[in-house]
Amino acid sequence: MYFSKEMQEASLKLTKKWTDEVKKALKNNPDQKEHFSTVSDTNIKRLYTPEDIKDINFAEDIGVPGEFPYLRGNQVTGYRGRHWTFRMFSGMGSAQDTNHRWHMLLREGQTGLSTAFDFPTLMGYDSDSPKALGEVGKCGVAIDTLEDFLALMEGIPLDEVTTSMTINPPATVLWAMYCAAADIRGVPLTKIGGTIQNDMLKEFIAQKTFMCPPEPSVKLISDTVEFGTKFVPRWNTVSISGYHIREAGSTAVQELAFTIRDGIEYVEDVVRRKKLSVDDFAPRRSFFFNSHIDFFEEICKLRAARRMWAKIMRDRFHAKNPRSLWMRFHTQTAGSSLAAQQPYNNVVRTTVEGLAAVLGGTQSLHTNSLDEVFCLPSEHAAEIALRTQQILAEETGVSNTIDPLAGSYFIETLTNEIEEAAWDYIHKIDDMGGMIAAIEKGFPQMEIAESAYKFQRQLETSEKIMVGVNKYSTNNQHSIPLLEIDEKIGGEQIKRLKDVRRKRDSRAAKKSLDNIKNACKKGENVMPHCIDAVKNLATLQEICDIYREVYGEYRDPGLY
Amino acid sequence: MPERKIRVMVAKPGLDGHDRGARVLARCFRDAGFEVVYTGCHQTPEQIAAAAIQEDVDLVGLSCLSGAHRLLFPRVVELLREKGASDITVIGGGIIPEQDFSLLYDSGIKAIFTPGASLDSIVEWIKTNIKPH
Repeated sequence: MYFSKEMQEASLKLTKKWTDEVKKALKNNPDQKEHFSTVSDTNIKRLYTPEDIKDINFAEDIGVPGEFPYLRGNQVTGYRGRHWTFRMFSGMGSAQDTNHRWHMLLREGQTGLSTAFDFPTLMGYDSDSPKALGEVGKCGVAIDTLEDFLALMEGIPLDEVTTSMTINPPATVLWAMYCAAADIRGVPLTKIGGTIQNDMLKEFIAQKTFMCPPEPSVKLISDTVEFGTKFVPRWNTVSISGYHIREAGSTAVQELAFTIRDGIEYVEDVVRRKKLSVDDFAPRRSFFFNSHIDFFEEICKLRAARRMWAKIMRDRFHAKNPRSLWMRFHTQTAGSSLAAQQPYNNVVRTTVEGLAAVLGGTQSLHTNSLDEVFCLPSEHAAEIALRTQQILAEETGVSNTIDPLAGSYFIETLTNEIEEAAWDYIHKIDDMGGMIAAIEKGFPQMEIAESAYKFQRQLETSEKIMVGVNKYSTNNQHSIPLLEIDEKIGGEQIKRLKDVRRKRDSRAAKKSLDNIKNACKKGENVMPHCIDAVKNLATLQEICDIYREVYGEYRDPGLY
Repeated sequence: MPERKIRVMVAKPGLDGHDRGARVLARCFRDAGFEVVYTGCHQTPEQIAAAAIQEDVDLVGLSCLSGAHRLLFPRVVELLREKGASDITVIGGGIIPEQDFSLLYDSGIKAIFTPGASLDSIVEWIKTNIKPH
């Protein structure tokens, strides 16, 4: 990045002078601690200078927005034409309760929807399953049949608002419900837009919402990719997610590396199994990252992510369409960075994390509510969280210019370091035979367990600080009002489910379920059959039981 | 004869997959010199009670972050009693609001650890309260 030999010499001379001054200063005023590192333990130097980025080639390594390597963003105009999507993850109790919250959020200026399902729905069980005991409507909305889904979508314009659904093993079923709902409401599939998370590999690695073993799980994902490519072109059929990997305790580098390696696995499977060309479906890949508390590390991680994906799509998969090279991603601030102690401080943490996501160039953002360490957000807490990103967008001026931190000696150095460390992991997993093989060995799981334990130990020794937790704690309790989910919601949901089972044409439901089973056995695409089945009011669990029966069930190996 | 080590089972009842805390604790207990069994996510109370008896543990530590603890924790204690294993101590942790403490204590849960509890404080509680049987 130097423009001349003379400039470099002057710079080195000046830096040398500063280094000498530091040595002198430290004699009288030692640093507060020996090592300075990010929350993920990446070492950080006291000062970065042009020397750190002397090998960077602007045009090749940094570039401009909308051009390879997309470090600075996919969109040529940045946030000036359109802010990132304000997309708050939301769902609780019954479909009606959640629909009510959604309308509130849309009224208050939210621009996209994001669905939180309860654990039975996430795991493919109906609300009356013994496994659902105590869980119905607790951590999200309970959906058993298309009737619930239609209630969830009541009054939502399916051709205007995009909806993201955090759903993984039963993604085919919930997406089928969305398609069926569009059909019933007269909206063509080509007009609906949204995302299903549908990223099973990170479930085995981190989030632990699994049903079938990895191999058939990936097959079901490829079914959705194929169906989307042909019939639902505005849908992101996989949201390749690092969020949960990070929440499980990984470092920033592990989050980045494992997520991108998962992405490679999905692309390879679709190409191999469905005989689609990369450019047919790659533009609809989307990603989902965490924005944790270490401000610069997160910005650099997100920048590095875009550049890495562009290189992979160009060099590994030989994609030709520029859009195939784009890494588009949603970001959520870090739940695990929040504290139960002094909960109002969480608003501040979330603000800093949201800002990092924006400076990293996110397309879409969820900002956590201050009460999310305790329970699902109350309406007031959710509103503060939404306002937080609206303030970032409308007041702070941070979105006036694109990738404002580019060219910083520190930012570019850290971006490069994070990228290099992530490549090391990716090559290691390549050598193991890919991500499924690595998961079977327990490799990513154990790497994350190691990092999580290390961080917890660092908290205990106060090597890492959380305000209100291991420093500046107080006996003054500031309790906050919390959202309570009524225990009777479970009973009401079960009653609704039983009513549906009673009134439906059970022969038609049974027949469509048999069609899904046949498709599974023959290796055909299950999606068209799933849409039929949900229209015939087959339940979520009835469909998922077929997957469990045909493909088998995955059990948590309990690695730690 | 060397003293028998404390045998601890870490278990996650219900469908909740938030296992970071459970896995960190399992490691911490191992480092503290306990013998550790971790049963993984998605266990029913029945599976947990059966495993605790089969593994002959002194203590079961339950972790739940989904809000289902009110039904699931007491059920584990009840099943252990039914099977004549009430000598196995059950403790719990996770996101547990204070107003639920009395319900859990009354049902036989001996200690509850919530966010912010240090690893050392949990180990200390076990060393003080559990004598290997």
